[in-house]
Parts: sequence; structure tokens; C-alpha cells
Amino acid sequence: MRYIQILKIAYKALGRNKMRSSLTMLGIIIGVAAVIAMVGIGQGAKNMVNAQIASLGENLLTIFPGSQMGGGGFRAGAGTMMNLTDDDAQAIKDNCPAVQWISPVIRTGAQVVAGNLNWGTSVEGYSPEFPFIRSWPIASGAFFTEQDVKGATKVCVLGKTVVDNLFPGQDPIGQIIRIRKLPFKVIGLLSPKGQNAFGRDQDDIVVAPHTTVLRKLTGRDHINSIIVSATDRNRIDEASNQIAELLRQRHKILSGQEDDFTIRSQLDIASAATSTSGIMTILLGAIASVSLMVGGIGIMNIMLVSVTERTREIGIRMAVGAKGRDIMIQFLAESIVLSLVGGVIGIALGVLGAKVISALLHWPVFTSVPAMAISFFFAGFVGIFFGFYPARKASLLDPIEALRYE
Amino acid sequence: MPPLIQIKDLVKVYRLGDYEIHALRGIDLSIDRGEFVAIMGPSGSGKSTLMHILGCLDRPTSGRYLLEGSDISSLDRNNRAEIRNKKIGFVFQSFNLLSRTSALENVELPLLYNGSSARDNIERARKALAQVGLEDRGNSYPNQLSGGQQQRVAIARALVNDPTIILADEPTGNLDTRTSIEVMDIFQSLNRNGITVVIITHEADIASYTKRNIAFRDGKIVKDAAVTMTRNAGAEIESLPPVED
Repeated sequence: MRYIQILKIAYKALGRNKMRSSLTMLGIIIGVAAVIAMVGIGQGAKNMVNAQIASLGENLLTIFPGSQMGGGGFRAGAGTMMNLTDDDAQAIKDNCPAVQWISPVIRTGAQVVAGNLNWGTSVEGYSPEFPFIRSWPIASGAFFTEQDVKGATKVCVLGKTVVDNLFPGQDPIGQIIRIRKLPFKVIGLLSPKGQNAFGRDQDDIVVAPHTTVLRKLTGRDHINSIIVSATDRNRIDEASNQIAELLRQRHKILSGQEDDFTIRSQLDIASAATSTSGIMTILLGAIASVSLMVGGIGIMNIMLVSVTERTREIGIRMAVGAKGRDIMIQFLAESIVLSLVGGVIGIALGVLGAKVISALLHWPVFTSVPAMAISFFFAGFVGIFFGFYPARKASLLDPIEALRYE
Repeated sequence: MPPLIQIKDLVKVYRLGDYEIHALRGIDLSIDRGEFVAIMGPSGSGKSTLMHILGCLDRPTSGRYLLEGSDISSLDRNNRAEIRNKKIGFVFQSFNLLSRTSALENVELPLLYNGSSARDNIERARKALAQVGLEDRGNSYPNQLSGGQQQRVAIARALVNDPTIILADEPTGNLDTRTSIEVMDIFQSLNRNGITVVIITHEADIASYTKRNIAFRDGKIVKDAAVTMTRNAGAEIESLPPVED
């Protein structure tokens, strides 16, 4: 028998019981749609997390000071030691070939005043390489230069939230703001970046040359941390090792002693977050697959009923020369048609459902073509798997018994 | 040339739990090409069992069955299906047409299983329907046809594969007298064209339209004789009062 003929016969047989066929198909439709929508939601979450992490800066390494050692073995938390200096940063820049950009980080909270408006925000000191390290370009104006760092000039770049609060409806570039009563000239605006993965508003920031912040605002010589970007994604570990070696030398740490600093790579955080959302995707997909399985059992159930009902038909077909294999193919074709047509409708519905979810919940849902292809073939597999037993049962009927069946 | 059908010491025993039912107790029989045979006997005499074995639906417990000289008593399921498809046409008492399937498609059914092309199939099915006088009812469904017409569709289905032999199991059992004669007329005309026909019946009346009668009782042949005066179904229909339908 030809395949087209087989499919035609299967289609006709299914058409004779439209209600039953469509209800059976509904099981598969719901299963496939659920898989598509759920995996889409999971993928969307994964992509969102990835995008946020990438937005912190590619190839980013952060060097934190170590924990403070008090008397009697008392240890404070990471970053409490004040042993990282601007000179450390300069040494890394000069001596570590795997490092491309580097910037010290000095953070301080301050009340910022412009005209009769004021705003409490985070004032942060960085090197001019900050925009490259954090992949955070300037929206307008300019970033400060090496010259500004050398001279510790009082210039600053504002984040969008600060602009909104201090200069509503005005162009702040060229204006003067006062940070702890010192006048700073606004020379540029950062492009808006939104919330980070932990919900903090990243645009609530004033960026100034790190030397200016150190000397004019905090009056200290230690820095909060150092951010570094490796020359290449594959050289992150190399950069980390070079920095560690250098800092151990500079801090005179003997071999066998612990580091008095910590180096963390963005990649560590990224892979942890990605694997979390990956697990979520698998979990959602697995739950949805259960409904696809239930749909498959529905097919099996209906095919068993169908085989019993059509015992006489099977007998007739065998009497005129159908082999067991022909009968088996006929019933398998029916369950495959059911599951594949259900699969196609399910994919359409799943994509639609994903769009609705993303529109209603503002959740980035991502429906990938491979996911659709996989669910389509999975649906086909369900059809074959659950159709096999009934089809085999039909193929093994005795023609004489089958012809006598009322 | 060997006879079309040659049966030697055929035995069929059914086992029902502890019971053994001897349906056929050593049958010897040979049927030649072009014969028109009626196998007769009361129910339980073994005639249906013989029919199933002749039709390759079942296998004998022992004995030999030669169809066109080759032994087919020990063939497996698939090979028997192939023989049924190529050499045997069945006609049943209850017509056994597929419901909700047009007459033409019903006739086409055996051709689906012999690998011929779809266009050929339709052509051959049309021709077979024409042979039983139903060329204009190809698109009708079984429930739109009378009993006689349904049985004619079934005969067309039996014919479509150019079988060596047509086996009919009580083909007139569900039909009234006039329709029965019409069906026998078709068998007679097929037989005149050289097709071997074997029918099973318990009505002596029907058997008298054939050329040879074999009587069964308790699994054995008790009578095997040529019919001296074969009735002519075609002529009898002419003489019957016309019906309005």
C-alpha cells in the first residue's frame, strides 16, 4: 500500500468519528501547547537573566579586599579590609597582559544639590575606562578623560534617575551640581540601564573621576574594589591568575598564606544564574510533558476502543488479503495522524499562548524553532508509542474470529 | 494439468478446553477448473470449516491441500494472506461490506493490498462493478443499497483480483427468493466465463443451480454427484412476475 493511500484511509476513518477524534487530539494539543508555552517561559527567563548579566559587562572581573582580621582570630566579612589602593589598580594595569581595561571603584553616598532640588544618590569614582568595562555607553555629552583623573577635576556624569530628579525637563550638560557642597560640572549623561538582576536601580548614580572622589569627597586612600575586563572571554582565568599573583607580591603574602583579596568573575555569577533558569526550563518542560503523556494515553485508549469496534472491518480486510502488517500500519497511521495534527495545532496554540502570557504578564517569552520541532517529533513519537499496542492487537486478530464478531 | 483444488485426507480438530471437536474427519476432494460446486449439509457438518481451509483463512490439523498443484496447507499467516489476495474471492452470507465506504471503494479493497497503482485500481473496480450490473451505483454506500445489490457489490469485490476461485458462504442466506435467483444468475454467468465457483448452502433449491453437489454430514462427505438438470437462473427470472421497485 502506498503512503498517500494509507494516510487517506486513516484520515477517512478518523473523519467518521469527528467528535471522538477531536477530543483525542485535544489531549495532544494541550500537551504540545503546554510544552511550547512552558519551555518558552523558561527560555525567556533564561534569556532575560543572561541579558542582564551581559549588561553588567562582558569578561568582567571584580577584585574585592579580603576580610578584616581582628584580635583573637575575629574575622569580619569579605571587603571589610582596607588594603586595596589606587596603586594596586595602576600596577595591574601595567603588569597584567590579559587585562584590557581597569578601573578602581570608590562608592560613597552623598546628597546632591542642583538649584533648589536635591537628591540622595550613590556617588562613584571610576577611571575613564568605566564605560567599556561595564558596557555602559554615554547617552550624550562626554565621559571624563585621563586628564580629569590626573587633575582630579570636579566633573561628573549623571545617571538617568539623577537627571530626572535634579533636572526635570532640562538639559543638565554644562550645569553645576553640588556634592557635599563642592561644585561639580556635569559633562555627560549615561544611557539608561534599568534595574539590575537584584532589582537595584542602576541609573541612580553620579560618576566622577576616582581621584576626585578619593581626594575631594572621601578623603581616604583605599578603594572599595577594582573592576577589570579581560581581553577575551577565554582569558578570564588567565587574567584572574595574573592579578592574583601580582597582588600577592604587592601585599607581601608568603606562599601558604591566604589571599587578602577575592577575585570574582562575572562568568561565575552568569553560569550560576543561567543554570538556575535552565533547571527551571527543564522543570516546566517536564511538567508539561506529563500532559503530553496523558494525551498519548488518550490516543491509546481510543485506538483500543476503535480496534474492538472495527473487529469485523479488520476481518474483512484480512479476508481479502490484508497482512498483519497492513492492518498494523493502518491503525498506526491513524494514531500518528491524530498526534501529528494535534502537534501542529498544539504548536500554533502554544506560540499564541506564549504571546498572550508575555503580553499580559510582561514576561519575555521566547519560543524557539528547535523547541517546536522537538515537540512536533515528540508528538509523533507519542502517536507511534501509544498507537503501537492497539495496532499490534489488531494485526494479531484471527480473521475467522474477526469476521464472526458482532 | 493437476486439478485446481486437490485435498487429501484433510482433518480439522478444534480444541475447546478438554473437548475435541472433529470438524473434518479425513476429506478427499478434487475440484477442476471451471466447475460450479455446491457444498451442502446441515450446520455443524463441517462445511464452513472446509470453506475456511479452502479459503486459506485457516489451516488443517493434518492432511494436504494443493491449490493449483502447490501445497499450501502449511503456509504461515502472511503467505496465506497473499494467497487470499491473489487467488481467492470471498462472498459472505452477511455481505461483509465496509459501512460508510462507497461501493466502488469496497470493490477496490483487495487491490489496496497487492501493490497496484491507484488509478488502475479504480478502473478495475469499475469493471468488476459492471460485471455484476452495478456500474451506476459506484458512489452509493451500502446502507443505500438493497440486500441483493449489496451482495452483488460483494461479488464484484470477490471478482476484482481475477481470482482462481470464488468461495461463497451461504451467499443467498439473507436474501429473498427472487434476489437469491438473481445472485445465482450472476454466479452462473461468471461460471460460464470460466470462473470456478464453490458455494456453501443448506438449501437444496440453491444447490440445484450448480453443476455438482457435495453433501457433508458429521465431518465427512456423504454424497458427491453431478447435477443432472442444472436450473437456469436467467431463464427463471424472466418467467417470474415483474416487481415494482
